[in-house]
Amino acid sequence: MPSLKDLKNRIASVKATQKITKAMKMVAAAKLRRAQEAAEAARPYAERMTKVLAGLSAANAGNAEAPLLLSGTGKDQVHLLIVATGERGLAGGFNSSIIRLARDHALKLLAQGKTVKILTVGRKGNDILRRTFKDNIVDYVTFREVKQLGFAQADEVAHKVLALYNAGEFDIATLFFARFQSVISQVATASQIIPAKFETTEPATASSALYEYEPSEEEILEDLLPKNVAIQIFRALLENNASFYGAQMSAMDNATRNAGDMINKLTLSYNRQRQAQITKELIEIISGAEAL
Amino acid sequence: MADAFNFELVSPERLLVSEKVTEVVIPATLGEMTVLANHAPTMTTIKPGVVSVKLASGQVNKYVVFGGFADILPTGCTLLAESAVPASELTHATLQKRIETTQGEINHAQSDEHRTKLEQFLAELTHLNGIVMPV
Repeated sequence: MPSLKDLKNRIASVKATQKITKAMKMVAAAKLRRAQEAAEAARPYAERMTKVLAGLSAANAGNAEAPLLLSGTGKDQVHLLIVATGERGLAGGFNSSIIRLARDHALKLLAQGKTVKILTVGRKGNDILRRTFKDNIVDYVTFREVKQLGFAQADEVAHKVLALYNAGEFDIATLFFARFQSVISQVATASQIIPAKFETTEPATASSALYEYEPSEEEILEDLLPKNVAIQIFRALLENNASFYGAQMSAMDNATRNAGDMINKLTLSYNRQRQAQITKELIEIISGAEAL
Repeated sequence: MADAFNFELVSPERLLVSEKVTEVVIPATLGEMTVLANHAPTMTTIKPGVVSVKLASGQVNKYVVFGGFADILPTGCTLLAESAVPASELTHATLQKRIETTQGEINHAQSDEHRTKLEQFLAELTHLNGIVMPV
C-alpha cells in the first residue's frame, strides 16, 4: 500500500502530464483547422487538373506515342513506393497505419518476385521502414524545418520521382498517405500516380474533341503530366498534414481523459487512506482514554 | 457592353479569383490572347507573365502568373497557374529570388532538354522582370 506522500506525488505527476496533453491537444486543434483549410483550398486546382487530364488522356488512349507518364513503360517489374508520414509521433495510429499498409504492399510485391524501391517522406516513416527495408530505401525527404507546407515542397519530391522515372529506375509508382475523412477518422490510402490513372467520373468527354489546342495536344499533355505528379503529391501531403493533426488531436484528447480518470482514482484512494488514518488515530486516543 | 463570363484563377495553394468578367488577357505560350465571352473552346499553356482581368464592373485587376495552363470554354475560362500573385503584391526581391533559383537549377540540370526548358523559363522571367518592375 503506497503511503499518503507517495499518492500525493503520483497525483501531482499525472496532473502535470494531463496539462501537457491538454496543451498539445489545443495546439493540434488550432493547427488542424489551418491544415484543413489548406487542403480545401488546394482542392479546386487538383479537381480541374484531373478533369482536364482525364479528357486529354481519353483522347490519347489509343495513341502509341503517348508520353511514358501516361502509358507507362509497359512493364511492372520495379515498383516505387512513396511513403508519406509525419515528422513527429504522438499521433495515435497515424504513422503506423500508413507504414503497415506500405509494408504489406511491399512484402506482397517482394513475394511476387518484383523489385521494390522506397522513397520516404517524413522522418517517422523513414525511421521505421529503415529497420525492415534498409536496402530498398532509395531516397528520403524530410520537411522538419518547413513551417508551412507549400507547393514548393511537393515539387521537390516530384522532381526526385520524375528524375528516377526518366532514368528508368522504376515502372510503377504508388503513393501512400492518410486520407483525411474527418477529425476522428483518417484512412491510410495507396494511390498509383505513375503511370497516371484517372477515374473517369463522366462518361468519355465528347467535348474534348471540340477543343482547340495551343500548342499541340501532345505538347500540352507532356507539359501537364509531370505537373499532375506534383499536384498529386501536394494533395497527399496536405491531406496527410490534416490527418496528422486530426490523429494527434484525438490521441491527445484520449490521453487527457485517461489522465483525468487516473487522477480521480488516485484521489479516491488518497482520501480513503487519509480517512483510515484519522479513524485509526481516533481509536488510539479513545482507547487510550478508556484505559485510564 | 460586352457579355460577362466566369473567370477563375487557381493556384495549387488557393483559388485567387472567381468572378464575372468581360475580358481577360492571357500570356499564352504562343503569344498573348484576349478572351471574351463565347470564345471557342481552347486549351493552352501559359508562360510567366501578366494576366489582366477586366471585371464586369469595369475595374481592371492584374495578376502575375508563373506558368500553367488555361482551359477556355464559351461559358467561362479557368486558368490553372503554377503560382500566381496579384501584381500589386509582387516585389522586385521575390522575382529576383525566383530568377536566382532558376539559375541555380540550370547549373544542376541533368539533361540538355531540361536545361533548354529552364533557360527559356529564365528568359521569360527576366523579361517579366523588365515589364513589371521598371527600376
